[in-house]
Amino acid sequence: MSAVTCVDLCKTYRQGEQDIKALDHVSIEIDEGGFVCLSAPSGGGKTTLLNAIGGLDRPDSGEVMINGRRIDNLSKGELAELRLRQIGFVFQAFNLIPVLTARENIEFVMQVQGVPAAERRQRAVEILEEVGLAGLEDRRPADMSGGQQQRVAVARAIVSRPALVLADEPTANLDSKTADGLMELFRELNEHHNTTFVIATHDKRVMSYAKRLVRMLDGRIVDDINQDAA
Amino acid sequence: MNMLAVLFRLAWRNLWRNHRRTLIMLAAITLGVWAMIFMTALMRGMVSQMVADGISALPGHVQVHHPDYRDDPSIANLIPITDTELSARFEDAGFVKWASRVRVPAVITSEYESRGLTLLGIDPDTERDLTFVDYDTVEGRFLNSSDDSGVVIGRKLASTLNTQIGKRIVLMSQDPDNDIADRGFRVVGLFEANVQSFEENYMFAGKATVQKMLRIGDQVSEFVVLGDDYRDVEAEFEKVSQLVDGNVEVKRWFELDPYLGTMLGVMDGFVLVWIVVIFLALSFGLVNTLVMAVFERVREIGLMLALGMKPINILFQIIVESLLLLAIGLAMGSALAWVSVQPIKDGIDVSIVGEGMDMWGMSSVLYPELLLSDVVLANVVVLALGFLASLSPAWRASRYEPIEAITKV
Repeated sequence: MSAVTCVDLCKTYRQGEQDIKALDHVSIEIDEGGFVCLSAPSGGGKTTLLNAIGGLDRPDSGEVMINGRRIDNLSKGELAELRLRQIGFVFQAFNLIPVLTARENIEFVMQVQGVPAAERRQRAVEILEEVGLAGLEDRRPADMSGGQQQRVAVARAIVSRPALVLADEPTANLDSKTADGLMELFRELNEHHNTTFVIATHDKRVMSYAKRLVRMLDGRIVDDINQDAA
Repeated sequence: MNMLAVLFRLAWRNLWRNHRRTLIMLAAITLGVWAMIFMTALMRGMVSQMVADGISALPGHVQVHHPDYRDDPSIANLIPITDTELSARFEDAGFVKWASRVRVPAVITSEYESRGLTLLGIDPDTERDLTFVDYDTVEGRFLNSSDDSGVVIGRKLASTLNTQIGKRIVLMSQDPDNDIADRGFRVVGLFEANVQSFEENYMFAGKATVQKMLRIGDQVSEFVVLGDDYRDVEAEFEKVSQLVDGNVEVKRWFELDPYLGTMLGVMDGFVLVWIVVIFLALSFGLVNTLVMAVFERVREIGLMLALGMKPINILFQIIVESLLLLAIGLAMGSALAWVSVQPIKDGIDVSIVGEGMDMWGMSSVLYPELLLSDVVLANVVVLALGFLASLSPAWRASRYEPIEAITKV
């Protein structure tokens, strides 16, 4: 079954006098358990596509379906519910809520979901250990490095085991060792829990972990390579 | 429950994110609430004092008169039921604080001056709780009994008449046959009153002595009843109305002195207006603080929306933040007002700034009256209006598009 289906997506932004086509008739299907990297130069449309898949941005035309359910016509509240229950996000920057500690940031989504406190706490501590941040539970974002913050954000995205994780440049602020560790964690979740990953990246090392590499240029998909087969 | 805990945690921590701004706003709210409650206590005290002075200036809570007495308070309009009979009815009805009086216009003459005033023929035993005169502070002595042959006059009147304790004065009034009734009395005491005009306009003599002088037998001008609370006199009014019959009139204190009654009503309205006006001044600061707080947090609001928090919860978060700020300010302001009232609750002398207060029936000593109902009113109004004031910034925050908010520079 398809985890994500995009059909003929178009999105145009107005920048000054110019219209910029961020998505130009993009169609893509990502299977459940897929591990896909979207690669494109800046302005190529990868983040716009990621946002459209996550229900954060509405395409001008076309359809987006998550697990067979069309989402581009849902209300704000319905989209919020979808994101809360089914999608984990890792953004490129400004990922954490500054007034919450690392553990509280990780618990945030689970708390909104209504997960009981004891379970929340246990899962948060476990995932912090998994991303190599044991002992930093009570630190606030301002007291952590960029890499540590990014790992907390990743932990938050995966802690509630969403069916789909969307990551925009997740390794942008990480050193190579930590980036490798994170990608291995992603692959492990992908393989053991069948979590679908869609990652927008410039990073060739990240691309090397992907089962499928989709290259974009000027809002269009120009290449779609099944790396597992290769 | 989970969501509520998240909202409270976020609201509370965001509140202290910018300590200085929050503390400044808290100081403004505290000061505003203090002003609301403290000034209300002073004004309440002033009005209560006016009413209390007014009531102790003889109306009591309920009075019985001849129907024409209020238009013409003369000897011609005495209560048609005898004092003995009506007194018996009042005693049987279980009234504790009540008195009967002869109250007529008279002229007092010393060897130097004459003055028109109101002569009160009273029984000192029943009058004690009903009069504005504190018997214990009377210079000389107060009346001993209903047939005491002395008179007690105000200190100010004594000065005007150039008389003193032990001297004789002559009282003149009319008897029921329109003849002059007069008699010489010895001044046995000088009283002081909070309101100076009382010292000039009233004098006390024994009721039986006055009845004898005026040749009115066992008749009196008025019956007065004092209840427990001047704000609620309906029970007394009903009870007294059932005791009397025939050609008499029963009136509540605010009917006898409509000015005082109106003052009390106006005061309640004024307290509300005063609280709202102060809040309006505060609300500019509050709204500005919230708008700034929301503006600074656009990206994290976008993040929370992106992670699945519903817009309504963002709205609640901002409102909770506003209400927390107000609640702390209210608690501090209310406490400060209470603390401010304590040292002056036994009265402050405002005679230095209150020249002429007498003219309005106010005493020169002000007793602040901190009512729980006023504190509750201030708190409820501030919370309710604060809720309304925070709706706009909260609504704006909840309408952000997550992706636009996250990418906002």
